[in-house]
Amino acid sequence: FYLTPPQVNSILKANEYSFKVPEFDGKNVSSVLGFDSNQLPANAPIEDRRSAATCLQTRGMLLGVFDGHAGCACAQAVSERLFYYIAVSLLPHETLLEIENAVESGRALLPILQWHKHPNDYFSKEASKLYFNSLRTYWQELIDLNSGETIDVREALINAFKRLDNDISLEAQVGDPNSFLNYLVLRVAFSGATACVAHVDGVDLHIANTGDSRAMLGVQEEDGSWSAVNLSYDHNAQNEHEVERVKMEHPKSEEKSLVKQDRLLGLLMPFRAFGDVKFKWSIELQKRVIESGPDQLNDNEYTKFIPPNYHTPPYLTAEPEVIHHKLRPQDKFLVLATDGLWETMHRQDVARIVGEYLTGVHHQQPIAVGGYKVTLGQMHGLLTERRARISSVFEDQNAATHLIRHAVGNNEFGTVDHERLSKMLSLPEELARMYRDDITIIVVQFNSHVIGAY
Amino acid sequence: AAGMFLRLLSDIQWRAAHPRWRRTTSSQRSTSTTAEPHPVSLPAQAQVVICGGGIMGTSVAYHLSKMGWKDIVLLEQGRLAAGTTRFCAGIVSTARPVSIDLKMAHYSNKLYQQLEQETGVQTGYTKTGSISLAQTQDRLISLKRIASSLNVMGVPCEIISPKKVVQLHPLINIHDLVGAMYVPEDALVSSANVSLALATAASRNGVQIHERTSVSHVTVQKGRVTGVETDRGRIQCEYFVNCAGQWAYELGHSGEEPVHIPLHACEHFYLLTHPLEKPLLSSLPTVFDPDGRIYIRNWQGGILSGGFEKNPKPLFTEGRNQLEIQNLQEDWDHFGPLLSALLRRMPGLETLQIMQLVNCPESFTPDMRCIMGESPTVRGYFVLAGMNSAGISYGGGAGKYLAEWMVNGYPSENVWPLDLKRFGTLQSSRTFLRHRVMEVMPLMCDLKVPRWDFQTGRQLRTSPLYDRLDAQGARWMEKHGFERVKYFVPPGKDLLDLDHSKTFYKPDWFDIVGSEVKCCKEAVCVIDMSSFTKFEISSTGDQALESLQYLFSNDLDVPVGHVVHTGMLNEKGGYENDCSIARLSKRSFFMISPTDQQVHCWAWLKKRLPDDSSLTMEDVTWKYTALNLIGPRAVDVLSELSYAPMTAEHFPSLFCKEMSVGYANGIRVMSITHTGEPGFVLYIPIEYALHVYNEVMNMGQKYGIRNAGYYALRSLRIEKFFAFWGQDLDAFTTPMECGREFQVKLEKGMQFLGQEALLEQKQNGVYKRFTMFILEDHDTDMDLWPWWGEPIFRNGRYVGKTTSSAYSYTLERHVCLGFVHHFDEKTGEELVVTTDFINQGEYEIDIAGQRFQAKAKLYPFSSLFTQRRRKDEVELSGYQRE
Repeated sequence: FYLTPPQVNSILKANEYSFKVPEFDGKNVSSVLGFDSNQLPANAPIEDRRSAATCLQTRGMLLGVFDGHAGCACAQAVSERLFYYIAVSLLPHETLLEIENAVESGRALLPILQWHKHPNDYFSKEASKLYFNSLRTYWQELIDLNSGETIDVREALINAFKRLDNDISLEAQVGDPNSFLNYLVLRVAFSGATACVAHVDGVDLHIANTGDSRAMLGVQEEDGSWSAVNLSYDHNAQNEHEVERVKMEHPKSEEKSLVKQDRLLGLLMPFRAFGDVKFKWSIELQKRVIESGPDQLNDNEYTKFIPPNYHTPPYLTAEPEVIHHKLRPQDKFLVLATDGLWETMHRQDVARIVGEYLTGVHHQQPIAVGGYKVTLGQMHGLLTERRARISSVFEDQNAATHLIRHAVGNNEFGTVDHERLSKMLSLPEELARMYRDDITIIVVQFNSHVIGAY
Repeated sequence: AAGMFLRLLSDIQWRAAHPRWRRTTSSQRSTSTTAEPHPVSLPAQAQVVICGGGIMGTSVAYHLSKMGWKDIVLLEQGRLAAGTTRFCAGIVSTARPVSIDLKMAHYSNKLYQQLEQETGVQTGYTKTGSISLAQTQDRLISLKRIASSLNVMGVPCEIISPKKVVQLHPLINIHDLVGAMYVPEDALVSSANVSLALATAASRNGVQIHERTSVSHVTVQKGRVTGVETDRGRIQCEYFVNCAGQWAYELGHSGEEPVHIPLHACEHFYLLTHPLEKPLLSSLPTVFDPDGRIYIRNWQGGILSGGFEKNPKPLFTEGRNQLEIQNLQEDWDHFGPLLSALLRRMPGLETLQIMQLVNCPESFTPDMRCIMGESPTVRGYFVLAGMNSAGISYGGGAGKYLAEWMVNGYPSENVWPLDLKRFGTLQSSRTFLRHRVMEVMPLMCDLKVPRWDFQTGRQLRTSPLYDRLDAQGARWMEKHGFERVKYFVPPGKDLLDLDHSKTFYKPDWFDIVGSEVKCCKEAVCVIDMSSFTKFEISSTGDQALESLQYLFSNDLDVPVGHVVHTGMLNEKGGYENDCSIARLSKRSFFMISPTDQQVHCWAWLKKRLPDDSSLTMEDVTWKYTALNLIGPRAVDVLSELSYAPMTAEHFPSLFCKEMSVGYANGIRVMSITHTGEPGFVLYIPIEYALHVYNEVMNMGQKYGIRNAGYYALRSLRIEKFFAFWGQDLDAFTTPMECGREFQVKLEKGMQFLGQEALLEQKQNGVYKRFTMFILEDHDTDMDLWPWWGEPIFRNGRYVGKTTSSAYSYTLERHVCLGFVHHFDEKTGEELVVTTDFINQGEYEIDIAGQRFQAKAKLYPFSSLFTQRRRKDEVELSGYQRE
C-alpha cells in the first residue's frame, strides 16, 4: 500500500500557509518579504501551534511556534494570547491610555494586532472575555507603573512571557463560575507549552525562546553557499548552562534528583515552559485545586500525580532567553521550528535546503568527468539522482512544506525518497508518534534590499 | 581537451606545399614541422575581403575563386577552422524540410565527396547514410513528406520498417519506433578538414589567407563598402563578406553604418566516448532521433552524440569578443535528458566509457533559416552566417549561392527564404534574439506541422485595433514582427491548446474559418490588414512616373484615382515584388506590397531610383491601419457611413478615392480586396482607426458583418487562383508563367526592367506554368491535408511542386497551386510548357507518399463569383505568404 504523489502532496500541503507583506506603491518598506508556514501532525490532535501577526500600534512583526505537551490546551492558549501580551508590553504610555479610555467609555478599540492565520488556526471564543480581562488588568498595571523610560524590546518580551504564564496560573487558581471555562483554564494550566517567538522590526531581530523549539538564521555566504546561525538555545538537559541554572535555583540536596534521564525531575524534557503548574505550584496548592476542580480533572491520573522529589517548587519557569540580532544583507531567512524538525535534520541541511529553495539555485557542484573512468550508465544514474533532488523543489510553493518533505522523506543521500515519504505519511495514528513528532515550521524571508539600505 | 581535437585536424603538410598561404605567427601549431614564412603584410587593396575562416568563409572563397574572381583576401581572427567549424559534429545530412536547404545540403555532399581528390587534403569523407527515426505516426508523416521531396530531387531515400532499422544499425532499440527514413548517401566528414581543403583550393586559385587578423570595422562611403580596418592595417575593397559566424552580429554593428544580422549563439553539447569493446565501424549510419532530440554518429570506434534540448542556454547576449571558442564548461546536468534519450535509444551503451562532453556554441536565427545576401543599406556588404547548427550540411551550397550572387548579381536558385533582407532592424534587438533562439533551438527537433507559429518575440508590431480584436476572440500569427489575426474563436467555443492542436490532418479551426468564408461570400467581413508594406513615392516633376514606369511592368500612366496591379521585375522578368500602386495625383503614387517586402522592396527601389532630391520615397507602413471589407454588402456599409454612392458606376473596381467614413475624413478607400471577392480596403490614418472600426462594425450589424482572419482570406484567394508573392511567386517566376500577361504592358511606349526577357518568353513560350489543382479523391476528414512543397505528377512523371494549398469551402475540395514543368523523358531537359501540355495530362499530388488524383486548371472558376461582376473587374493580386 502506497500513497500516490498527489496523495502525499495533499497531506503535506493541508496546513500550509503563506503571507507576503503587501507592497504599497511599489515601495516595500518592511524588512520582511513574507513568510511560509506549515505543520505536520504526529499526535492526534496535533499539539503544536503557530502564530503570526503584525503589530499595528508599534512597528514590527511577531512570529512564533509553540510545542504543547500533555495535551494541546496550553499551546493553544499561548498561541492566542502571547502576542497580545508582547504587543501591549511594547506600547507607549499614551497608546495604553488611549486604549484604556476607549474600553472605559465603550468606544471602539484600536486594533493591536493583524493576525495572519491559516483557516485551521482557531481562537477559542468562549475564553475571549476571560483572556481579555486578564490582558486589561496587565495594561492597567503597565499604565500605573509608567516609568517614562523608553521601552526595551528585550524586557518587553521577558515581561510578556512571564506575565502570561502568571495569568495562566492565576486563572486556574481562581477558577471560573462557567464550568466549561473552569475546566478549560485548568487544562491550560496543567498542560504545558514551549514557545519560540521572533520579533522583527527593521534590522532588529529579537528571538525570545522558552523550551526546546529553535530559531535559526539562514545566511548566504559570498560564494553563494548557505550556512546556519543559531538564534536560540535549547532549554533541555543537553544545554549545560541550563542544567547549571536549574541546579543553582535549588538546594544542593536535590542536585541528584533534579535532572534524571535527561529530564527535569525525571519527567519533563524542556527545562522551561508555559503552564505545567505541576512543576510550579506547591503540593498543597495542586491538591486543593484538583480537589475543588471538576470530576474530569480528578479522574485524570496524570494531573493527580505529584512529581517525585518535589521539594522546592517552582522547578519550571516560562521566562524566555532573548537574543538580539542586527540583520545584515546576507541574512536571507529565519526558520522557527519545533523540535520535531530539529530531531530529524541538521541545521546546516535546513539552511541549504531552504536557501536553495528560496533562491531557486541549487548549489550542486557541477560534475566534471576529468580523468575518471565513468560509463554512460553510471553518469545517467548520477544525473537522475541529482535531478530528483531538484524536481522535489518545484512540487512545493511553500518553503515550510518543502522542508517537511525533506524532514520526513530524506534518504541517506539527502534526497527525498518518495517510497519513504509515502510510508511515513501513511502510518496509523497510534504508530505515527513513534516515528516522528509533530512538526511546525515558519520560514521568514527577509528583504535584503531594505536591510542593506538601513 | 584541445589535444584531442588535433586528431580531428588532418595533417597540415599541405601548407608547405602551397606557399601562398600566409601566416602571421608560427609557433601556435605544435604539430607543424616546416619552417613558417615570416609574417606577410596585408595587401593595401583587394576586390573582396572575406572575414571569417570557418566553413562559410572558406566555401565562399573557394567558389568565388572558381568562378574567376582572384583578387580575394580572407581574414581570420584566430586560426582557420578553429571556431564552431572545428567543433561541429561533421554530419552532412540532406534530409531537410525546406527545399532550398535541401538543395544546399545536396550540393555540399557532392562537393565534399570529391574534395579530397581535388585538393589532396584528407577530409575524412565517409558515406555512412543516415536513419531518421519516428516514435510517433505524426513524426513518420513528416519524414514521409521529406522523403517525397528527396526522391523527386534524385536523392535516394526510403521509408523503412523498424526491423530494417536493426539491420542497418544493430545497437538501436526499436521497440518504441513506428518507422524510419533511410538516406543512404548522407555522409560524415571532418569539418575542420573540409574547411582546410576549401582553403587550400582557394589558396591555389589565388586567394590570400591571413590568420590572426581581426577586422575591427568596415568603412562605408555613400552607401558602398570602401574597405576594412583590421588590427594589422587597412585594406581597400569593393566587396566585404561577413562570414564571422556567431560574431557576425557584433561585426555588423561595429561600423558607422550598422548592418543588422539577426543571430544569437546558444550552447550546444555533444558527448564523445571511448571506443566500444568491439569498435564501431566507421561506415555505420548516423542516427537522428528527433523525438528523443538527439543525433548519434560513430566516432573513432565510439560514438558522438548530441542534441537539441528543450531548455537551451543562450550565451554572448551582451556580446563578447573572444578569439576562438574556448572549450566552454561541460554541463552534465543540462545534458542529462539527452543522455537519457541516448541510453533509451541504445541501451547497450550503458557500459561505454565517457571521453568528454563538448560544449560548442552554435548560432541560431529568428526563423531557423540561415542568413545570406547583400545588406539592404550598404552595397557590396555581403553576409553568410547563422547556420542553425547545420553549417557543414549547408556550407558548400551556401558558399556557392553567395558567390554566384556576388559574381552574377543573382544566385542560380531562389534564395529569398535565406535572404538577409527578409529581416529588418526590428529583428535585431538582443532581447528579441535571445528569447527567439531559445524557441528556435528546440524547434530543430520539434514536429513542424502546417501553420505553426513562433511563440516568442511576439506582440512587437500591432495594429491599434489589437486589443479590440483580441477581446473578440482573435487568434494571432506573426509576420515580420506584425501580429495578424488567423481567425476569431466565437464566444463559448474552445479550441485545443497549441501543443494539442498540432496535426497533419483536418485542423480544429475548420468550421470557424468556414463560417468566416461564408460570411465573406454572403454578407461582409472585416479583416485588419495593417501589416502590409506601404510606400509613398512622389516628385516635383514627372520623375516619379518615369522611374516607376521603368521599374514596373504594368502601365502606371493611368488617370489619377486608378489602382494598378503590377509586378516589380528583375532583368530576367522574375518577380522581385508584386504590388498594387494607386496614382494619388499626377506626381505621387501609393504602393502596397506584402508585409515582408518592407526591407527588400525599399532596398531594391533605393538602388534603382535616381539619386535626385526632387524625388522622394517614404515608408508610411506605420501611418495607416488597413481594414479590408470583403463581401457583397461592403458596398452598403460604406455608402451608409460616407453618404456617398459606392456602386460600380460611381466607384468602379480598381479605384482609389479619399473620402470620409463616419466622422473621420481623409480615409483612402480602394476597391480591391486581395481575394477576388467584391469589397474595399480602407487605409485609415492610425488615430482614426478605432473610430472607423467602431463605425463599420456598428453600421455593419444590420448587414451581418463579422470579423474574419487571414485563414479565410487565404482560402478565398487560393480558390480564386490568386498567386501570392513569396509563396507562389519569386524572383524566378515571370508574369508569363503565371497567366498574368495582362499585367504586363510590353507596348507601353517605354522600356522597363525585364521587358526583353518577357518578350523572349512571349515568342518562345514558357518553361513552367502556374496551375491550379482540384484534389479529386481526397477525403477532407480522413486524409492528410496538403500544405505546400508536395510533388506534382503528370501521367505518373514528376513535373513540379505545389506552392500553396487551401480547402475551398465553395468547391468543398482542396485546391493546390503549383508550377508544372515539362522535362524531356529521356534527357530530363526542360521543354516549353504549352496549354495543351497542361490540359492533356492526368495529374496526381503526392502528400507524404500518398498520391491523390487532381484536376488541373489554368483559369479560375468563374461560377464561383456569387455576384455578377463586370468583365474588366478582373483583379489578381495578393500579398500573402503563409
